[in-house]
Amino acid sequence: MSNILNNDLKQQLVADFQATESRLNGEAKTEVHQKRREAMQRFEALGFPTIKHEEWKYSNVNNLVKQAFDFNVKSDFGANDVETLEIPNLQGNVLYFVNGMYNAELSSIVSPESQLQILNFGRAVKEKPELLATYFAHYANYQDEAFTALNTAFAHDGVVVHVPAGKVVEEPIILRFITDARTANAASQPRNLIVVGKNAEVKMAEAFRTIGDNGSFTNVVTEIVVEENANVQYYKVQNETEKAYHIGTTQVIQKDKSHFYAVTVTVNGGFVRNNLNIVLDGQHCESFMYGLYFPNGKQHVDNHTLVDHAKPNSYSNELYKGILKDTSTGVFNGKIFVREYASKTNAYQSCRNVVLSDEASMNTKPQLEIYNDDVKCSHGTTTGKLNDEAIFYMRSRGIPKAEAVTLLMYAFCEDVISQIKIESIREYLSGLIVEKLAQ
Amino acid sequence: MLTITDLQASVDDKEILKGINLEIKPGEVHAIMGPNGSGKSTLASVLAGREEYEVTGGSVEFEGQDLLEMSPEERAAAGIFLAFQYPVEIPGVTTINFLKTALNEIRKSRGEAPLDAAQFLKLMREKAKIVNIDDALLKRSLNEGFSGGEKKRNEIFQMAMLEPKLAILDETDSGLDIDALRIVAEGVNKLRSPERAVIVVTHYQRLLDYIVPDYVHVLYKGRIVKSGSKELAFELEEKGYDWIKAEVAAL
Ligand SMILES: Nc1ncnc2c1ncn2[C@@H]1O[C@H](COP(=O)(O)OP(=O)(O)OP(=O)(O)O)[C@@H](O)[C@H]1O
Ligand SMILES: [Mg+2]
Repeated sequence: MSNILNNDLKQQLVADFQATESRLNGEAKTEVHQKRREAMQRFEALGFPTIKHEEWKYSNVNNLVKQAFDFNVKSDFGANDVETLEIPNLQGNVLYFVNGMYNAELSSIVSPESQLQILNFGRAVKEKPELLATYFAHYANYQDEAFTALNTAFAHDGVVVHVPAGKVVEEPIILRFITDARTANAASQPRNLIVVGKNAEVKMAEAFRTIGDNGSFTNVVTEIVVEENANVQYYKVQNETEKAYHIGTTQVIQKDKSHFYAVTVTVNGGFVRNNLNIVLDGQHCESFMYGLYFPNGKQHVDNHTLVDHAKPNSYSNELYKGILKDTSTGVFNGKIFVREYASKTNAYQSCRNVVLSDEASMNTKPQLEIYNDDVKCSHGTTTGKLNDEAIFYMRSRGIPKAEAVTLLMYAFCEDVISQIKIESIREYLSGLIVEKLAQ
Repeated sequence: MLTITDLQASVDDKEILKGINLEIKPGEVHAIMGPNGSGKSTLASVLAGREEYEVTGGSVEFEGQDLLEMSPEERAAAGIFLAFQYPVEIPGVTTINFLKTALNEIRKSRGEAPLDAAQFLKLMREKAKIVNIDDALLKRSLNEGFSGGEKKRNEIFQMAMLEPKLAILDETDSGLDIDALRIVAEGVNKLRSPERAVIVVTHYQRLLDYIVPDYVHVLYKGRIVKSGSKELAFELEEKGYDWIKAEVAAL
């Protein structure tokens, strides 16, 4: 990959792709690489989205695509740095990716291989070609989504997880994506594939963190396959800098009787776009999606969810909550499809916001497309202020105003935070949130 | 202890309190009665520091301090407690958590060390017994989905925990069944001491059977129009307010 800083990101990426390809040797013939090449063609055709694109109306990537990024920043991020970014009491399978590259030294895998097969993408290309051939890029839509196409074209690192049928992974999987922007504008495109077999169970978290004063750009795609009667808890945690661009897609496919829980918490980030797409390709499935965001300053947080009820008798429920301050902006776009044959679908959606400044704004857009009559669907959005009566009540009991406000804001988030079932992650987040709310 | 002089207050430019004078000494119980909308809750709110109400004249002194200069939290720390007529529901904050924060903030402002979890729990058990409040209730979100009576009982429980010098009870008796009324009154009486005072806002004599007042005042159209001993409450119960209204009209 070139370090040439070109002021047009697209041209830079096209050149990067060719340079990478010429160094691939044997791998160029693999199925994975055929996908990459196809995706690159799609990206070239699509180009970066503009605000004329319906799905990008409120999230303008113009400033991103004018910047130059180095996709191969060397980082000396090591054990000492980990200490400063420590998540207390973190236990389990903890994998570090620094500027998109797996760092085996920092990582530790504790679950037995019989429960959990986990390896970085590069190794998986060599050691698990069948798994990748079956699942990789089968669900995330690189045909139409420019950022997904781009990520697919550059899919070289990230994690590949396979939980064999019937296995309950006791220890959680924690993926820590560290962007080290201390020396340059750092970019990375992690690509993850999680396959959870029939009757299997796993809890996992993706935690994104940026350090350093330069700009950064993360374009991540995670595909999650939840086989029949499997249970997956998936948490995405973002704590990046004001200069960080984060665009991510989590693409989930659920089979019969499977359960999927997602919690997406954006504590900090400059420009954040999270796509969470779930296809309920089975009957009697349940999906829960929770989200929390606290933009302040000039931060921008955009959550797009897409729930596609493709089969009958399934249930989905989503709850997104945000607190916006200063001149920050937020977007929630929740699309629910109920396909023609998906009768007896239950789909619920709710987005609640507290806007604390006149200059902050929140755009919410529920979109229900229902092609079956025998369904129960509802959606609701609210935007309000904090309850002055409640603040006075607390103050009248001796709680200082600032603390009353923080308590109230935290209480507002509580029902989402409590959904996180990995204790260390929940505690870590709850600390970060209290700190952020008190700002 | 508390000296209210010619207190005037308005909300949205509407004058509600039109010159209140009241002197409360340590150890006393004052009952405030009066028709609906006469300004009783407004007076209680102004004393607790609700910012919606603009004080347009007069003064309030509490133990030598200018009360009107103090924030609501400073008043609480100084020992003022208001049991709300309509306690607020706060989803996501448990009563336990809320009270622990409140108690420790008050202690902090007095230069006392915070109570740790065990000390707090012990105190809580002790006080919960006094007002006969259920543990399960205290673990729930503050007042959320509480019945009317449970909310009132929770107010008195909070009072017992915070041990104020001046407790203002705004219609704490409304919505209580007979047993709860007695329990709540006992809670108040346990707090009574030569150093503490209580203001009881009520419409009914029955609460005053349990919490016997030293003085009874009638608030009408933003003024205290009549003051007397506990017998006045009996008289009001019997005759209603028409005779008082007539007296005021005659002036
Ligand atoms: N926030 C407010 N905005 C507008 N008017 C108000 C407000 N608060 C009180 N008032 C008015 O002030 C008057 C006095 O109200 P207050 O609640 O003090 O009466 P009260 O004596 O406590 O009555 P009750 O016995 O019914 O509780 C009423 O006319 C009421 O409508
Ligand atoms: Mg009242």
